[in-house]
Amino acid sequence: MTTRTAIPLVLLALLGTAFFTLFAGYVPDAELNRTAAYYANQTVAETGAQNVVTAIIVTYRGLDTLGEVTVLFLTAAIVGLVLAHSKAPKGRSGSGFLPSGELLTTGTRMLVPVILLFGAYVFVNGHLTPGGGFQGGAIVASGLLLMLLADPAERFSHGLISRIESSAGLTYVILGLLGMILAGGFLDNRILPLGTFGSILSAGAIPLIYILIGLKVGAEFSSILTSLEETEDAE
Amino acid sequence: MTFLTLMAAVLALATLGAALIALLTRSTVVAVLAAGLVSLFASVLFLILAAPDVAMTEAAIGSGLTTFLFFFVLGRLRREGAKPQGTKMEGSK
Repeated sequence: MTTRTAIPLVLLALLGTAFFTLFAGYVPDAELNRTAAYYANQTVAETGAQNVVTAIIVTYRGLDTLGEVTVLFLTAAIVGLVLAHSKAPKGRSGSGFLPSGELLTTGTRMLVPVILLFGAYVFVNGHLTPGGGFQGGAIVASGLLLMLLADPAERFSHGLISRIESSAGLTYVILGLLGMILAGGFLDNRILPLGTFGSILSAGAIPLIYILIGLKVGAEFSSILTSLEETEDAE
Repeated sequence: MTFLTLMAAVLALATLGAALIALLTRSTVVAVLAAGLVSLFASVLFLILAAPDVAMTEAAIGSGLTTFLFFFVLGRLRREGAKPQGTKMEGSK
């Protein structure tokens, strides 16, 4: 019994020591390193985006973002595949549900439109304000999850979700390829005019790409959540 | 600057406190809420460290989506628990 409590404590102490040495040896950089300095100085001129982080995610490191979205897509696909075996028969709720309560139902009816609007706002304004496709998509999906919480028998069209998901992904890749043809390289945002700095229709293709990412991420999370909901209870 | 440092220290302590509550409490609902609170404090901490994009991701996924998901699963577990015991004990297919 004592060894069972001692081992986690020793591990914790080791982890704490490792983190403390990291913390004790930390000296803040006096100036930006070369890559960071390049991003800080050139982003506005090259991409026209107000949010440097977004410019890096969507343009300079756009290929990595495509990879991330693909990983999320694979996760959603595998969750769907695994859970499809225990799917509830059509027309039946995944389980005999308990009513969720007046407070949650009414609150959901009021809040869900606001949450969806906020999610859309976050990914449309990704190039201007903090946030973007991933955050907006997660917010949209959490609105959907709230609807599922309020009414577990609620059903969303899988066809619609997968159509949104696949068309957003396809358009994303096509936009990337257009960047190779019309501008400097894959996912270059200068296929569209850069516009006035700081306005909503600026920064070339960045808003378009981030809206697509937002839709894709939202659809992927939603598909995972609906698959989870529609499984049948173990009987 | 000192105010921000102070606030960061308070937030870090609050994060640790919430994490301890999540670990030590006997009630699952309180544990889920405390885990969501850890994410929420962490996202404010990220905001103080001048990383609003990361803060937003943490708030949306860590404290929003994950907490909702835990409650969702808890609700399902309760539903299954509310079924008659006879059908439940027969084992899964």
